[in-house]
Amino acid sequence: MGHKIIATGRSATGIPTGRLAVWWVIASEIVIFGGLIATYLLNRFLHGSWAESAAYTNTFIGGANTFWLLTSSYFVVLAHSAAEKRDAKTARKYLWYTIGLGGMFMGFKSYEYATEISHGFTLFTSNFWSFYYTATGLHGFHVLCGMVIMAIIAENDIKKERNWHRVENIGLYWHFVDIVWIFLFPLLYIAK
Amino acid sequence: MADTATATAVDHHDDHGHSESFWSKYIFSTDHKIIGFQYLFTGMAMGLIGGFFSYVFRMHLAFPGSEVPFFGIVSPAAYNSLVTNHGTIMIFWVAMPVLIAALGNFLIPLMIGCDDMVFPRINRLSYQIFLISAIVLIASFFVPQGGFGGAWTAYPPLSSEAEYNGTPFGAPMWLIAVTLEIVAFLLGGINFITTVMNARAKGMKLYDIPMVVWMIVIASILFMASVGPLVAGAVMLLFDQTLGTGFFDPAAGGDPVLWQHLFWFFGHPEVYVVLLPAMGVVIEIICTFARKKLFGYKMILYSSVGLGILSFFVWAHHQFISGVDPRATYLFTTTTLLISIPVALMLFAMIGTLWGGSIRFTTAMLFALSFIAEFLIGGVTGIWLGSSGTDIYLHDTYFVLAHFHYTFVPIAIIGTFSALYYWFPKMFGRKLNEFWGKIHFWGTIIPFNGIFLPLFILGAAGQHRRIAGYTAYPDLYTENFQDLRVFATGSLIVLILFQIPFFVNFIVSLKRGQKAGPNPWNANTLEWVAPSPPPHGNFGDDLPQVYRGPYEFSVEGREEDYWPQNEPDPGPSETSK
Repeated sequence: MGHKIIATGRSATGIPTGRLAVWWVIASEIVIFGGLIATYLLNRFLHGSWAESAAYTNTFIGGANTFWLLTSSYFVVLAHSAAEKRDAKTARKYLWYTIGLGGMFMGFKSYEYATEISHGFTLFTSNFWSFYYTATGLHGFHVLCGMVIMAIIAENDIKKERNWHRVENIGLYWHFVDIVWIFLFPLLYIAK
Repeated sequence: MADTATATAVDHHDDHGHSESFWSKYIFSTDHKIIGFQYLFTGMAMGLIGGFFSYVFRMHLAFPGSEVPFFGIVSPAAYNSLVTNHGTIMIFWVAMPVLIAALGNFLIPLMIGCDDMVFPRINRLSYQIFLISAIVLIASFFVPQGGFGGAWTAYPPLSSEAEYNGTPFGAPMWLIAVTLEIVAFLLGGINFITTVMNARAKGMKLYDIPMVVWMIVIASILFMASVGPLVAGAVMLLFDQTLGTGFFDPAAGGDPVLWQHLFWFFGHPEVYVVLLPAMGVVIEIICTFARKKLFGYKMILYSSVGLGILSFFVWAHHQFISGVDPRATYLFTTTTLLISIPVALMLFAMIGTLWGGSIRFTTAMLFALSFIAEFLIGGVTGIWLGSSGTDIYLHDTYFVLAHFHYTFVPIAIIGTFSALYYWFPKMFGRKLNEFWGKIHFWGTIIPFNGIFLPLFILGAAGQHRRIAGYTAYPDLYTENFQDLRVFATGSLIVLILFQIPFFVNFIVSLKRGQKAGPNPWNANTLEWVAPSPPPHGNFGDDLPQVYRGPYEFSVEGREEDYWPQNEPDPGPSETSK
């Protein structure tokens, strides 16, 4: 049984529907993070104390995390090009490399949170720290979601050699999560 | 986010088979029409709740201190909760689901000539999240201390401190409900935009898309582009409420005005998010019942895009007395006055379409025409509120409230009714009764003006809209103001009573209405090609192809005064557009 929806296969723009939708997801997420970052900038300019608080963030861990994420973005590109060549084995391998680097990111993040909390910088210490945990927490949640989705794609689709286009879609999303970090890293870690 | 998982997971194979159990057919269906009905009926049910709330607090305002039938004594806390949730429900759970989600879901695939949305399962997910959000909101009325009482704009510190709003449990639940609703509409919006971009019928170029579809798409883009800061703000406010952070607390170095910026950056485009679909509905109906080509298709389209862009630069006109820099108020006054130009252009285009047409006063057309008249009153009174000088006096009075309702009632109530009378035959295969429809029309329009015209006077006299009872302020209390309040309340009750014929008409017509063919109004757009009601898959095996624009009415040299979009040209000489 089961009839295939014609609408889903149509492509008046020439862009596959799945990819188009991911772009719109990203567009909607940009304004969410945009709102957060605008809030941060506003406060940062208004309150000198925010810069003082920012001095306590751990630039080394932030830098290492930037490295993990950027490298993972490279691997997801490799996974995409393997998927283009319908090379399931390589694509799966690189997807798992990406997930692994996402895991490194999350691990460093946890260590960072733990040391900060044990030094007394909690969600309630000051508004800077409230913001820090909200923004990096929301970003970390996106990383985690991306990892889960990527694992599903690797094991449920690529392993069974189907839905190859999903590698590109998750790749787009992963790059977006990366770019959000590229904004958060200088704002929270470098600008002291 | 989890959206992506579903987004990427769905774009293949959807076998929404033909198993006919009630649950799979009506509850867990992925058919866009059923999802549209789910949104429609949920929105209507929520509308009854929101309407009941307005009845309770209007009764209380007219007869302060006395017992309101079906409710009881209205305490100040209950009053706060009622007005807050009336506003929230009417905007987030009535206007948006009915105008955007219900109409968008029902109409878009039909009007662009395909069998479903591009992501049917995301569509279903969107409704399910929406339903959960509605349940969370309704549940919040029954927690200790009742539903949120910090006004629908939720300004901190009123919204962030339980000791001020008096609703420690209602407040976070309200916020969670609103956030879930936003997520539902983001999913729905992505679906609408992607569907219209990619799944149009063969031959349908950008300027062949019916206006209502354009408007829903532009509204979805506006919503998507404006709601993000509110989501960010909602997360921060939720932390303030439940965890005790101080994002909006000046004592902790936060800034309460920040919330107002985040809220109104969304809140003002939101006005246009619901306005545009209503405009689209009215345009469709006016063209069909004036038997005339739309006056200025491209102008309307560009105006609405311009309107959308401008709507991002007007938000601080809600905050003229919140301590924003007086220099900024110049800027926002200017942009606010500018934004009336595209709206006026669109209204003029509608009137221009009527000019010289052969007008048919069906119920749908009456509602559409009254939309123009009533919305105009709303728009014109907005000029006093957009100018910072007069707004400082009128801010937060009943004048604002009356202005606001003169825009939102035409959008959410009049626009919806005209859409229902127009598309009911397509939705259910039978027409609504026209005689009772006209009674419903006059019984809605006259009392509507009866409610809100007196409130303009009250507001101009300086009466504040969030005071639960003026009897507590003897200096400000005068008898003739009270008479106006009683008149407004009486009009509201008349308006509510005149909805009974509508509901009876709706239910009776479902079974016994006059049978409608596929194209009862002789309209051009593609939804009228499909049978009424359209079956699963809409058009059967061959989907329509498009040859011309949607509004080719009364074309010279043609026997019929309409020319469906899917009808091939008779010969090479007669190309249109």
